[in-house]
Amino acid sequence: MAKQISVFLENKSGRLAHVTKVLGDAGINIRALSIADTSDFGILRLIVNDPINAHKILKEAGFTVSETEVIAVRMPDSPGGLASVLDQMSEENLNIEYLYAFLGMSGNEALVVFKVEDIKKAKISFNSKGIKFMEEQELYQL
Amino acid sequence: MLYWDHEKECMPREKLQELQLRRLKETVYRVYSFVPAYKAKMDEAGVKPQDIKSLADLKYLPFLTKQDFRDNYPFGLLAVPMRDVVRIQSSSGTTGKPTVAGYTKNDIETWAELMARCMTTAGATRDSVIQITWGYGLFTGGLGGHYGAEKIGAAVLPASGGNTKRQVQLMHDYGVTMLGCTPSYALVIYEEFQRMGLKRSEFKFKSGIFGAEPWSENMRKEIETKWEIDAHDVYGMTELVGPGVAIDCAYKQGLHLAEDHFIAEIIDPDTGEVLPEGSHGELVITSLTKEALPIIRYRTRDLTSINYEKCDCGRTHGRIKKILGRSDDMLIIRGVNVFPSMVESILLQIPGIEPQYQLIVERKNNLDRLEVQVEVSENVFSDEVRKLEELEDKISKELNSGLGIAVKVRLVEPQSIERSEGKAKRIIDNRKI
Repeated sequence: MAKQISVFLENKSGRLAHVTKVLGDAGINIRALSIADTSDFGILRLIVNDPINAHKILKEAGFTVSETEVIAVRMPDSPGGLASVLDQMSEENLNIEYLYAFLGMSGNEALVVFKVEDIKKAKISFNSKGIKFMEEQELYQL
Repeated sequence: MLYWDHEKECMPREKLQELQLRRLKETVYRVYSFVPAYKAKMDEAGVKPQDIKSLADLKYLPFLTKQDFRDNYPFGLLAVPMRDVVRIQSSSGTTGKPTVAGYTKNDIETWAELMARCMTTAGATRDSVIQITWGYGLFTGGLGGHYGAEKIGAAVLPASGGNTKRQVQLMHDYGVTMLGCTPSYALVIYEEFQRMGLKRSEFKFKSGIFGAEPWSENMRKEIETKWEIDAHDVYGMTELVGPGVAIDCAYKQGLHLAEDHFIAEIIDPDTGEVLPEGSHGELVITSLTKEALPIIRYRTRDLTSINYEKCDCGRTHGRIKKILGRSDDMLIIRGVNVFPSMVESILLQIPGIEPQYQLIVERKNNLDRLEVQVEVSENVFSDEVRKLEELEDKISKELNSGLGIAVKVRLVEPQSIERSEGKAKRIIDNRKI
């Protein structure tokens, strides 16, 4: 389980730069990110080392921010690693809203952030299937 | 030079003013006796019907505003019992309370006379084939134009709005000589006509009466040059009767206001003071012949000036200058009246939406488009695109049904809407009118 920070961004130049600058000035490190966009707006999703503080300062900077529970799944960094996880999730009827990969992982493990429809159900399924996911504190320390 | 009613249209001003005074006195007596809301207003102002002894005394009477229509919704301003009402029209696109107009049999007759006069001034005769593309329905444009054209004895095509290709086909196949529509639609039809590859020489189109939205002299030139027609500006509004209150003649030096049926004043919109002849200000209209819904000193909010000099066309009725501005924040978009407050009340009905919004009006390809920008608050923000798109869709549907026009909704970041001196700027009108 982990807290993802989601930020609403208009599709105009300089907005992403502004968010990242605000975070950088506050000494917050971005661990993973993705942007979902339409022609009008985008949603920036972030995993940072200090989500509570990040939420606070982005809000103070005037952004619309929300926190979302996501799950960071560990998988072998080899061909078929993700496919195997997705396959097992499908067997368990776990609906995925979206996913994105972690930046700069080393070693032979990859880390992928999942937003699932039912996070409790996902955790139970992962435990029974032996799918490993990273605990919150461990994730922020990366 | 074509007149519908030469005697009335070219009446010497002295005689015209006699007629106006007689009709004004009668109207004031009637509203005082039959409309409690008027009686209350006049009593409050300390004016009795017998105090109105000359046209100059008009200024002692209280104003009527759109708010009075709301306060007396739906039939409180009617001066006749419902059994004498034969028609009800109402203003387009308002949410809470539309402006309601009732008509007696005589009112319908008067309205048809007024529109016949306007259409004749714009060149219509019994031989004309007139296509009405204003909307038929509660909106006064369609039926107003229709009855006027019939009155003349012209052949009327009740095409109503929409389906531009069919409009062009009708004009072409049925030998339409005159078009009644919004000026912007005249240009939209033109573009469709060009796309369809038809020959101009196969059309009998000669003139048009255009209204229901503000348009500039430049737009008139554009319509006249492109279509090779004579384009006339017709003025009116639901509260007054509908279209037919004023129209410009062949000289196009202002719109002749039917002064045998209406009295016009120009006031300072801030103080309400009547301004001297020739001044620019807000147009205030008093009806002289309306039975069901007489109106005394109605504040139209339209900004103009009046020229009472006799026109080269021979008409003696005063001419109002083409109306390009308003003294309130009402927008006219494709013939529909839109107030920012209406947008606000619709937004407030959607759970979680805060009334932080801005209206952006653009004119693209001669059609006005309204975009409503709404700030995304934390209450409605989601990390999923689908949910935000559903929200946009929901807002857009609510606005569409509430305002009566298609609205593009754009979600924006908080505080991105321009605020000046603490007050949000609600309207950005980028139309070059």
